Amino acid sequence: MKTVPFEEALTRYEPVIGLEVHVELGTQSKMFCSCSTNFGAEPNTQVCPVCLALPGAMPVANRAAIESIIRIGLALNCSIAEWCRMARKNYFYPDMPKDYQISQYDEPICTDGYLDVTVDGKVVRVEIERVHMEEDTGKLTHSGGATGRIHGADYSVVDYNRAGIPLVEIVTKTVVGTGALAPAVARAYVAEIRDLMRALGVSDVKMEEGSLRCDANLSLNRPGDPWGTRTETKNVNSLRSVERAVRFEIERQAAVLDDGGRVHQETRHFQEGDGTTAPGRSKEQAEDYRYFPEPDLVPIAPSREWVEELRLTLPELPSVRRARLAEAWVIGEFEMATLVNAGILDIVEETVAAGVAPDAARKWWSGEFTRAASERGVEPADLPVTSADIARVEELIASGALNDKLARQVFEAVLAGEGSPDEVVAARGLAVVSDDGPLLEAIDAALAEQPDVAEKIRSGKLQAAGAIVGAVMKTTRGQADAGRVRELLLERLGVEG
Amino acid sequence: MSLIRDNASVLASAIAEGEVSSEEVTRAHLDRIAAVDERVHAFLHVDSDGAIAAAKRVDAKRAAGEKLGPLAGVPLALKDVLAMKGQPTTAGSKILEGWIPPYDAAVVERLRAADIIILGKTNMDEFAMGSSTEHSAYGPTHNPWDLDRIPGGSGGGSAAALAAFEAPLAIGTDTGGSIRQPAAVTATVGVKPTYGAVPRYGLIALASSLDQVGPCARNVLDTALLHAAIAGHDARDSTSINAPVPDVVAAALNADVRGMKVGLVRELSGAGYQAGVQQRFDEAVAILTELGAEVIEVSCPHFEYALAAYYLILPSECSSNLARFDGMRYGLRVGDDGSRSVEEVMALTREAGFGPEVKRRIMIGTYALSSGYYDAYYGQAQKVRTLITRDFTEAFEKVDVLISPTAPTTAFKIGEKVDDPVAMYLNDIATIPVNLAGNCAMSLPIGLAPEDGLPVGLQIMAPPMGDDRLYRAGAAVEAALVDRWGHLLIEEAPAL
Ligand SMILES: [Zn+2]
Repeated sequence: MKTVPFEEALTRYEPVIGLEVHVELGTQSKMFCSCSTNFGAEPNTQVCPVCLALPGAMPVANRAAIESIIRIGLALNCSIAEWCRMARKNYFYPDMPKDYQISQYDEPICTDGYLDVTVDGKVVRVEIERVHMEEDTGKLTHSGGATGRIHGADYSVVDYNRAGIPLVEIVTKTVVGTGALAPAVARAYVAEIRDLMRALGVSDVKMEEGSLRCDANLSLNRPGDPWGTRTETKNVNSLRSVERAVRFEIERQAAVLDDGGRVHQETRHFQEGDGTTAPGRSKEQAEDYRYFPEPDLVPIAPSREWVEELRLTLPELPSVRRARLAEAWVIGEFEMATLVNAGILDIVEETVAAGVAPDAARKWWSGEFTRAASERGVEPADLPVTSADIARVEELIASGALNDKLARQVFEAVLAGEGSPDEVVAARGLAVVSDDGPLLEAIDAALAEQPDVAEKIRSGKLQAAGAIVGAVMKTTRGQADAGRVRELLLERLGVEG
Repeated sequence: MSLIRDNASVLASAIAEGEVSSEEVTRAHLDRIAAVDERVHAFLHVDSDGAIAAAKRVDAKRAAGEKLGPLAGVPLALKDVLAMKGQPTTAGSKILEGWIPPYDAAVVERLRAADIIILGKTNMDEFAMGSSTEHSAYGPTHNPWDLDRIPGGSGGGSAAALAAFEAPLAIGTDTGGSIRQPAAVTATVGVKPTYGAVPRYGLIALASSLDQVGPCARNVLDTALLHAAIAGHDARDSTSINAPVPDVVAAALNADVRGMKVGLVRELSGAGYQAGVQQRFDEAVAILTELGAEVIEVSCPHFEYALAAYYLILPSECSSNLARFDGMRYGLRVGDDGSRSVEEVMALTREAGFGPEVKRRIMIGTYALSSGYYDAYYGQAQKVRTLITRDFTEAFEKVDVLISPTAPTTAFKIGEKVDDPVAMYLNDIATIPVNLAGNCAMSLPIGLAPEDGLPVGLQIMAPPMGDDRLYRAGAAVEAALVDRWGHLLIEEAPAL
């Protein structure tokens, strides 16, 4: 597929993006029946007449799901409809038991909100067009055939456990003027939605399990021209993919337009392997879903009192929290973004709460523990080290019993399951040599080995002291307090520090 | 006593008193079905074993001194559009042939809880689309009054079962008149309760916003007793009304219309109504006046658009409701020979499984909901619906009940209108407004048309949750007519 290098594409075209995020709500039961929503059960064991669409079965809306969507809408600064209806979206597909999906059409429950995201220190306001409720479909698995799609498959099986799980669709208005930041804005937006859903406690938002899915719309136009034809890229299942998909579509569409071609309005699929997108079904002939109000459900009319009650249950929003923590820890946007992207903000906050200085907490988690976690293929927060362990080690450092190098050894042992920091220190005999006697011996030996350095220090070139301190640390295998060594050294040579 | 001719309330008290067992009553009806149903074809499926087992349970309960409900042990015919666990449920369609529901409709649960004996499933127009039961995929039902004539529809099987003394009670469903018009042409009683009064859970949907389950019997009191057994809120139907059910049994026992204001709907009589139908209707009006009701004429100007609106709303909803019959999960599957795509199998299944009337309505509804046509058709029909509801509201500010003939004609000949859909649709001209507005109505027999000797029905309409008014007025008219004739009209039906 022909592409134009990203930076070059942006010299000629302006990208317009739009994002649709689907979030599977973490309610106990499905949207319209009482079946469980647990992930990973045996196929077709979490089904009933309603979610199998047996003749005669009827839906009843799940109040917990409506509550969740109203809270999402409020968190996204949306207006909450006083009265709205579900609608049927009609189309035939074997993963959809009723051959229509209960969704919302022209009466979404939440409208006209916004979400601010920060990219490279720049705040971009992403306007939200609507947030609506719908039900998930079943899951088709195609066997045989080359493409893994329904066409060409030898046979397909369908698991209806997922059918009817409540889904929330969050649709942005078109986002313009982001230029080269478009891919990063798309990513930051989805990340922000993810954090928001977590903070609200409405979904486990596991992209890898499909509980948060994103479709990315993109079009290009020359500056001053009307918007171009957009494509909708589906199957974008990680934050990194969101960024890559938008970037690739910019590169691809630019090549099409450069050649004088026209972009087809179509659904495309993101290919995780090579980061490209491939055409799906064409939308040239717009599908007619024959939407009409769902007659089996009464309208949803959330009372204003209820909405206000729900507003009171809103947690601190992720952006507000980040601003608060950044101020408290005296760090900038970039440092904060690093913590968020590494997924360690929560655990750093917990560590600070355990009494560790913010800088130290950040340093341990973004250095030592992020490395250890990636080696083990786990999330940093899942490592076998607690905030209390870190607090204890920091105490030992402050008292001079450990230095940085020893502290790292202690954590290595803690992560290896050798016990608490105190147990590790005791068992391994890891402690700073605090008796001045052996240190002075080592200093004398080092001075004797490097008389020229000794002379330099005496003559006031204090930076030369490092060589002696280094030698002493080496002799003591790191178990010395470097500060104390320096003090003793200067004392020995009769130099003011 | 006659086990097959007596009313349900009479049978129930005889069973309760131990004069006869439920098993005897049930067996008598099963014998009657065996004797006459080959000619009537009211039933699609008879569950003899289940019925007798249920009857024995009732008899055991009685023997054990347990308290029995007011219809305990009495047999009933169930329209085949309601899911019944373990029993075939086809909705009159080939596409559901062989499907055995794994669950009971809410109404079936209530019937079982009331110890009512379900004899089997009755014939109907396919997916309740029709006014003659000729559109059943399993062949037509014959009117016991004249076997060459239709028993009405879509619930012709339930009405014919009552008229042929195959069951003293029946359940119907009414989307545009499917309980009332069959009642009218068979000289039985049928009520379309207020929309939402009887839960629809387990009712195979035709048009969700119009469908309503209701009671059918041979007299008003039995109908009320059955109404009381099936009505009331059910959380599994979101549209089910969560409010106390009006005391319809007390109303049926209080046959008094003195001081009642009765509105005669100007738009639902006169031109287009058979002379004998109009004559019997006029006599019913006179009876109401004699009984002390105040009859006045009221106008419902938008009723003339009811049929047109109905034939957009109903097909629209049914085109969506019937989408699920795609051969993927249950019922018929055609063309699955390993060579065809899933779309082809779906299309072949629906092509083979649906009859012509069903296809016609699916196509009309698909068209009416299409983008670009939605506002002109479905949207406009909804506006008419609002206006019709307003007509009713204004009328009920002046009167307690409204009346009209139930159907414009008596039973027509089988085959007479089957190729003329519009003529067929006109049968429901008087019954449709009630479904569009969601209020309630009853049809009860008021005599035979002189020109053909066939039954004529009176329709009584009341506001939402005013179901008790139907029974009060209906029982009064029925009592006056029984006084006059010495028996219920159904007793004049020819022997089979
Ligand atoms: Zn379910």
